[in-house]
Amino acid sequence: MGIVLGALIFNISLGEYPVPPLEVAKTIFGLPANPDYAFVINTLRLPRALVALLVGMGLAVAGTISQAIARNPLAAPSILGINSGASLVAVVFLITFPDLPIAWLPVAAFLGAFGVALCLYWLAWNQGSSPVRLILIGIGLTALAGAFTSLMVTFGNIYDVSQALVWLTGSVYGRSWEHLWPLLPWLAIFLPLSLVLARDLDTLNLGDNLAQGLGSRVERIRSILLLCTVALAGASVATAGTIGFVGLMAPHLARQLVGPSHAGLIPVAALTGACIVELADLAGRLLFAPIELPCGVITAVIGAPYFLGLLYRNRNQ
Amino acid sequence: MTRSPSLPQSQSSIYLSLGLLIGSIILGGCLLLSILLGAADINPGTVWQALFQFDGSTDHLIIRTVRLPRAILAVLVGAALAVAGAITQGLTRNPLAAPDILGVNAGAALAMVLAVLMWGSGSLGFAFAGAAVTAAIVYWLGSMGRSGLTPIKLIIAGAALTTLLGSLTTGILILSQRTLEDIRFWLAGSLAGQDLANILPVLPYIAVGLASSLLLGRQLTLLALGEDVAQGLGLQSAWVKVAAAAVVVLLAGSAVALAGPIGFVGLVIPHVVRFGVGVDYRWILPYAMLAGGLFLSVADTAARLIIRPQELPVGIMTTVIGAPFFIYLARSRIKR
Repeated sequence: MGIVLGALIFNISLGEYPVPPLEVAKTIFGLPANPDYAFVINTLRLPRALVALLVGMGLAVAGTISQAIARNPLAAPSILGINSGASLVAVVFLITFPDLPIAWLPVAAFLGAFGVALCLYWLAWNQGSSPVRLILIGIGLTALAGAFTSLMVTFGNIYDVSQALVWLTGSVYGRSWEHLWPLLPWLAIFLPLSLVLARDLDTLNLGDNLAQGLGSRVERIRSILLLCTVALAGASVATAGTIGFVGLMAPHLARQLVGPSHAGLIPVAALTGACIVELADLAGRLLFAPIELPCGVITAVIGAPYFLGLLYRNRNQ
Repeated sequence: MTRSPSLPQSQSSIYLSLGLLIGSIILGGCLLLSILLGAADINPGTVWQALFQFDGSTDHLIIRTVRLPRAILAVLVGAALAVAGAITQGLTRNPLAAPDILGVNAGAALAMVLAVLMWGSGSLGFAFAGAAVTAAIVYWLGSMGRSGLTPIKLIIAGAALTTLLGSLTTGILILSQRTLEDIRFWLAGSLAGQDLANILPVLPYIAVGLASSLLLGRQLTLLALGEDVAQGLGLQSAWVKVAAAAVVVLLAGSAVALAGPIGFVGLVIPHVVRFGVGVDYRWILPYAMLAGGLFLSVADTAARLIIRPQELPVGIMTTVIGAPFFIYLARSRIKR
C-alpha cells in the first residue's frame, strides 16, 4: 500500500515540470501547499496517475481470476485475446459513433471482451479445457481481432482514427477526470465482488470434482467469475487501451509475496498491478523525455521476457 | 489425387507433374488478371502492347511501373512465405509452425526498422540477420527442458517473442518520427508502391532459396518421419536441419524485406497443399510454391477490388482468412 502511494506520488511529481514530492502529498491531502503546483497536479497529473492506478488494479485482478479459472499460470486476458476483443469493439465504437459520450466506451469494450470470452469458451472448452488449446485459440483470436482493428483504422474518418490510434497503443496519456469517472463504477462493483468470491476461487482451483464435493456450485460460480474478469478487463482496456502483460505479471509477483490463497492474493495482485502500470507510465515519460513512450510498450518489453522466463521455469512439466 | 495401392508410383508422379503444369498455367492466368484489374481496368491487348511495344501512354505506364511489379511481387512473396512455412512445419514436425507465428518475420521487421533508424536505410542483410537471430532464439526456447522440442512450447515462445519484438518496433517508431514516415507503409504488410528496381536486388536470394528448398525435399520427408528413423535411414539430420533453417531465414527475410510482415500465408498454404498431394515434401514444396504465389496474387487482387478505388492492405486479407484456419488447426490437432 505504501509502495503504491509512493509510486503514485512520484509519478505525479516527476515530469517535464518537476514538483517536489512533499508538495504533491500536501496538495492531494488538502493540506496548505504552494498554490502554483495545484493546477499541474489537480488537472494534469493526478487524474492520469489515478487512471493508471485503477487500470493496473483492474487488469491485475482480471488476470488473477482468469488464471484461477483456467487453472493455467499463463492464461491472462491479454494472451487469451480478451483485451484485443475489447479494443476491437471500442475502436468500432469510436469510429462509427464518434458523437456518443465517452462513458459508453467501457460498455462497448465490455461487450467486445464478453464476445471473445464466449468464443473462447465455445471453441476451447471441452470438459475443463486443456490449457494449451485455450492459449493457442487465444493467440488465433488475438490475431483475428487485431486484423479487424487495423481494418477499422484503415477506413475510418481520419480524425476519429487518430483519436483511436492514441488510445490503441495502450497509454494513459492525456487521461483526465472525464476518463476516470466512467471507469470508477466498474471497479467499485467488480473488485469487491471478486474479493467476496475469493474463497470459491480457492476451491475451484482444486479441480471441478473436488470443488463440487466441497459444496461449490461450480458452473454458476465460474460464470460469475468469468463475468468479473471480462468486466474488469473490458473497463480497463476501454480507458487505457491494451496495456499488455500486467494481468500476467501481477498475479505471479503477488503469489510470490503472499502465497496461493486468493483472499490475500487478489488485493496484493491489485496493488502490484497498480504499481506496475504507475511505474511503467513514469518510465515511459522519463526515459526518452520529451518524447513519451506509451506505457503499453514498456509493460510489453518487460512482460514478454517475464513470460518467457515463466515458460523456462516450467520447462520440465 | 488419390493414392490407392493399385496406382503405381510412377503414374501418380505423372499426375502430380501434370498438376504442377496446370497450376503454373492457372498462376499465369492470375498474374494476367491481377495486371488487368484494379482502379483502372485495362484490356488484355493493351497489356501485350505495353510489354512488347511500349509507347509511353498512361495505360502503358500504369502497367509497366505499377501493375506488373506488383503482380510479380505478390507471386514471389507468396511463394517464398509458403515454402518457408512448409519447411518450418517439416523441420519442427509441428502443424502450427510458420515463420510469422514463430516471430521470425517480426525479428526481420525489427532489424529493418533498427537499420532505418541508425543508418537511414534498411538493407537486405539486416532482415536476414534479424530473421536468423530470432529463429535461433525461438528454437532454443522451444526445445529447452527435458521433453525437447514440443509444438506447444515452440508456438507459445514464438507468440511471446512476436509481442516483444512488435512492442520494440512500436517503441522505436514512436521515438523516431522520421523512421515512421519512411517505413509506415511497408510495416502494414503491403505489396503496393514497389517498382522493379526495388524487387530486382532481392530476386537472386528468393531464387536461391526456392531452388535449394527443392533439393531438400527428400531429406525433409525423411526428417518428418522422426529423427531416429531418419538417422537410421542414413540421413545426416544435423546438416539437413541447418540447411533447412538457412533456407527459411533466406526466404522469410527476403519476403519481409520486400513486402513487410504478411501473416498466415506460411501457415495455411502448406496444409492446403498437403491435403492435395500427401506427405511427400518432394511434391509439397513445388506445390506450396505455386499455391503460395497463387494465393497472395488472388488475395492482393481481391484487396484492390473489394472497395474500389481504395484498397485493403493485403496483410489484413491474409490474416482474416488465415487466423480462423489457425484456430481450426489448434482445435483439431491439439487434443491434449
